[in-house]
Amino acid sequence: MNRIWGVFAWFAGLLFFAPVAWMVLTSLHSEPDAATNPPSLAAPITFDSYAAFFDSEPWPPLINSLSASIGSTVLVLLLAIPAAYALSIKKVEKWSDVLFFFLSTKMLPVVAGLLPIYLVAQYTGMLDNISFLVVLYTSMNLPIAVWLMRSFLAEVPGEILEAAALDGAGLVTTLRRVVAPVAMPGIAATSLICFIFSWNELLFARVLTGVVAGTAPVYLTGFVTSQGLFLAKVCAAAVVVSLPVLVAGFAAQDKLVQGLSLGAVK
Amino acid sequence: MTAVREVGATAKPTPPARTRQLTAAARWARRAPLLPALIFTIVVTQLPFVATLIISLMRWNSLDPANRGFAGVDNYTAVFTDPDLRSAIGTTVVLTATVVLVSLVLGLGLALLLDRKFAGRGLVRTMLIAPFLVVPVAAALLWKHALYNPEYGLFNGVLTWLFGADAAQPEWISGMPLIAVEASLVWQWTPFMMLILLAGLQSRPQDAVEAARIDGATAWQVFRYLTLPHLRQYLELGALLGSIYVVQNFDAVFTITSGGLGTANLPYTIYQTFYQAHDYGQASAAGVVVVVGSIVIATFALRVVSSLLREEVRG
Repeated sequence: MNRIWGVFAWFAGLLFFAPVAWMVLTSLHSEPDAATNPPSLAAPITFDSYAAFFDSEPWPPLINSLSASIGSTVLVLLLAIPAAYALSIKKVEKWSDVLFFFLSTKMLPVVAGLLPIYLVAQYTGMLDNISFLVVLYTSMNLPIAVWLMRSFLAEVPGEILEAAALDGAGLVTTLRRVVAPVAMPGIAATSLICFIFSWNELLFARVLTGVVAGTAPVYLTGFVTSQGLFLAKVCAAAVVVSLPVLVAGFAAQDKLVQGLSLGAVK
Repeated sequence: MTAVREVGATAKPTPPARTRQLTAAARWARRAPLLPALIFTIVVTQLPFVATLIISLMRWNSLDPANRGFAGVDNYTAVFTDPDLRSAIGTTVVLTATVVLVSLVLGLGLALLLDRKFAGRGLVRTMLIAPFLVVPVAAALLWKHALYNPEYGLFNGVLTWLFGADAAQPEWISGMPLIAVEASLVWQWTPFMMLILLAGLQSRPQDAVEAARIDGATAWQVFRYLTLPHLRQYLELGALLGSIYVVQNFDAVFTITSGGLGTANLPYTIYQTFYQAHDYGQASAAGVVVVVGSIVIATFALRVVSSLLREEVRG
């Protein structure tokens, strides 16, 4: 009986994976071999599309994406960790209301604030500037990070904190010896989620950046209309842009679940 | 079966209320670490909505900046009589509901499969997560060009394989535009639902299941009376989080159909009003309508999520 379910599971897994496998395979074919009907599975492997992709100046958008993602993730952590501390370990009054305020900002569609944000960028000369995206991505990910970090810090055992205080341990010692070991996996999960969401973001980047600060997803939108034989190159570009997320996500599968569920699923 | 109890719903003993009074200085010392994040969030996420509200009452077209002034509710009248915007509201509801429900059902099926032991389970799980880890724009491009393309896409290629040279070769995107967008999103969101539900299944109390089996319960009875009630809160969580993300979807609509053929949802329509028509007043009014709608949904959703998470928060 279990064998039958195993076969079903394998079938489902292969079905869901097939488009990804097809993307990788197509990116390794020559353009004429990529666009055939029926598909040519066994066509010779070539790295021409990757060569063509890296010849077409993809580095500025990739580096912009990397700066925006890492910059905003660092800023998010700097803001979220103290906030989570004030919502879990040394709690402020009405802390659960504050927590739900953070969550409620995630439920307002970002598109509704797009115009004022665009106008601010225009008047302050921040259009097409990566720093402006860093600020926006920080605000986009901060509520998630506060929720996540709070759910991790809430696991710091209160008795140990009190014992540390009785033993005369200072704030720094307590943070380093008691809080940090519990918080580190949380920081890793939070960073992973913030990095992925910033790396994937399109709407703000598309509206607020141009030739200088365009990110990798904006670069990909150049492939929306099809002209001539370009399928292998599209697939190569899609593989390269998705690679950081795929690697990070596979490496930290369990952290991914925690992060996406705002720490509700452990 | 009476011994079966929902573990997540078990009331935790409430900790003794802390009545210790804090001095004003001590209260501010506690608030201090919270303030930077709170102020940052208010400034960057709330002020733009206030500005949107103000601009929505103004006559302001960037192509005619001299004619700027107070417009009253004119922009709102325009929004509610605009057929594009009305259909965008419907499209958003249909798109979000379809994607969330279908991926939830598929995710449940996959989670139940993966909950069993079989050879290569880890590898299958990794393969199933992959769609969620493809950058959304890249995934949309993949579906549009490599799968849906009527001449050389994989779908029609497979049809040719199966049925020979005179197989039907449908135009996937122009023939069923909304379904085409939904299918690509279902592909990306099913792994997300699966991960949450699988975590739910694995936190299921095993002894209750064993006891029910010994008492002669069938597999269906175990699923219906034990597994499903336990999974309820995970299903709600998946539906809620999925809705938050899918309702704001821009990437797939923008990439696969460019908002054409009746697939323009609200985020795409507002983007377009603002980007192409340059009517700032009307775009803002549309934004306010979206926000009001979201607040209605969010109030409901927050009630669901708070009943779920407050338990955990209190714990």
